[in-house]
Amino acid sequence: MAAALSGANTLAPRRRRGNPSSGRGWRSPAYLFLLPGFAVFSLVMIYPTVQALIMSLEKWSPAPGVENTFVGLANYAKAFGDPIFWRAMANSGVYTAVTVPGQIVLGLICAVALNRALAGRTAFRIMVYIPVITSWVVVSVLFKYLFATDGGLVNWLLADATSLMDQGVDWYNGRWTAMVAICGLGIWKGVGWTMLIFLAALQAVPESLYEAACVDGAQGWQQFWHITLPSIRRTTLFITIMLVIGAFNVFVSVQLTTNGGPANLTQVPLTYLYRQAFNFLDFGYGSAIAFMLTALIFALSIGQYSLGSKSAQDAAA
Amino acid sequence: MRIKQKKLLVAAVRYMVLSVASLVSLTPLIYMFLTSLKENAFMLTSPADVVQGNKTFANYAEAWETGKLSLSFMNSLLVTVATTILVVLLGSMMAYALARFEFPGKSVFFALIILELMIPSIMLVIPQFVLAKDLHLLDNRLGLLLVYVGTNLAFNTFLMRGFFEGIPKELDEAMIIDGAGAWRRYTSLMLPLAKPALATAAIFSFLGAWDEYVWAMTIINDPAKRTLPVAIAMFSGAHSTNWGLTFAAACIALIPVLVVFFIFQRQLVGGITSGALKS
Repeated sequence: MAAALSGANTLAPRRRRGNPSSGRGWRSPAYLFLLPGFAVFSLVMIYPTVQALIMSLEKWSPAPGVENTFVGLANYAKAFGDPIFWRAMANSGVYTAVTVPGQIVLGLICAVALNRALAGRTAFRIMVYIPVITSWVVVSVLFKYLFATDGGLVNWLLADATSLMDQGVDWYNGRWTAMVAICGLGIWKGVGWTMLIFLAALQAVPESLYEAACVDGAQGWQQFWHITLPSIRRTTLFITIMLVIGAFNVFVSVQLTTNGGPANLTQVPLTYLYRQAFNFLDFGYGSAIAFMLTALIFALSIGQYSLGSKSAQDAAA
Repeated sequence: MRIKQKKLLVAAVRYMVLSVASLVSLTPLIYMFLTSLKENAFMLTSPADVVQGNKTFANYAEAWETGKLSLSFMNSLLVTVATTILVVLLGSMMAYALARFEFPGKSVFFALIILELMIPSIMLVIPQFVLAKDLHLLDNRLGLLLVYVGTNLAFNTFLMRGFFEGIPKELDEAMIIDGAGAWRRYTSLMLPLAKPALATAAIFSFLGAWDEYVWAMTIINDPAKRTLPVAIAMFSGAHSTNWGLTFAAACIALIPVLVVFFIFQRQLVGGITSGALKS
């Protein structure tokens, strides 16, 4: 950057009409404004991204005296033959398939209920939003406690208070029961966010559309299907993409409740890569898993985006 | 008459939906608070006991003093405040450059920021650990600060740039005619006008750094340097968990978050929804 600054194009005119910069080309003061932030950003984000790619192609250990050797795609091949890796991916898939629709449907229901004037509207909105601002660590520990086998609130509600079950469930000791608790936490913590964004989108739907529909005789459900849902299509697409990214990033809730156990049954990709890196010191394998997960998230985001924009065009046509 | 009945029914359904949603949202947190008022809650007795038993704030005093939570609280406060100031300062400078200047390489800067926005932050924890090790920042609060600033910059720069672009360019031009340089336009035009965006960025960085757990858990070993999320996880990770003590610590950690949320609720909601609706 310093070389770029000194190699300034002195012949460039000082000022260009309509552009409020006092310098242009390589002499632009913009570089000085970018420099400090971009230096930190490069050091902490960009350099590690490149470093991760290189490490994923190496047998890399932080242990002293161990030489790091280039192994090509061996770490990636290892993942493809690793049943725990596939199980972790499958668990993430289940978590996504449950929590994304769950948050969207429940968030939309709350948003619709809040959309028109109502006494206590702000209070309701705040109450549903509070789980969103509590930290993942706190709520993960809390859900470990709520779903505890002996004396946990959930088992008490199911077995003691209502007799829905003969005895409590050993939630965190089985793959699917643990997934129920982990997905439950994901939905509980996320509904407030989807509600808030859906609510903003609903508020932006022009009232004239509803009035026109009323004139045409469309009521309640018909209005919802034919006016509300098409109007918030782009917001729904945005929410879906963000939630899918978030779902594949699930980490703290799993680590603090089951830590991937029992016997690696509840691993998700991030808990598994963390274990490979910081318990087994296999930084190369951990980085390879990280790259595959990132590639998957990119592909899913782009896929959803193009599908979503296509269906939006079809609807407009 | 039928229309009136229908309206009443709709209102009743809306109240029912919202009451159930609020109840489900708050019950776990209220239950957590009630547990924090119970002494020696090693063994879980029964929820009835949690609700009806004796209440005491003894856990709070114990967590704060013998549990060394006061140290963790100060560590969290120090790192979080420094992160917030640096993210708002460096981020707004970058946002100003990207919103107001044309220069070679601008699209590259922009693409890199967008790219890093999409990369999950835990994905970088391995190479960041190696970096911190090389810089001798393991077990060091500066290591926390550096990574928190870096990880929060992309999103908040993006957020502030959007706001800066909405400020009329004519104001800049008027100042240029008056002979104001780029730095003066930034400090005495952009920053004062962009206060709502700066506040939103400050809240996001504050909440992000205050609740950060994975990086802090990865590089901090010394109990005296722990931040609150790590301390709370340690309270509950001990072999037999004292739930009363754990949740007293959790409630203490929640207080600043709730305070910030209630004071800046409008900026927060505005920041969250504006990004979503523009996309």
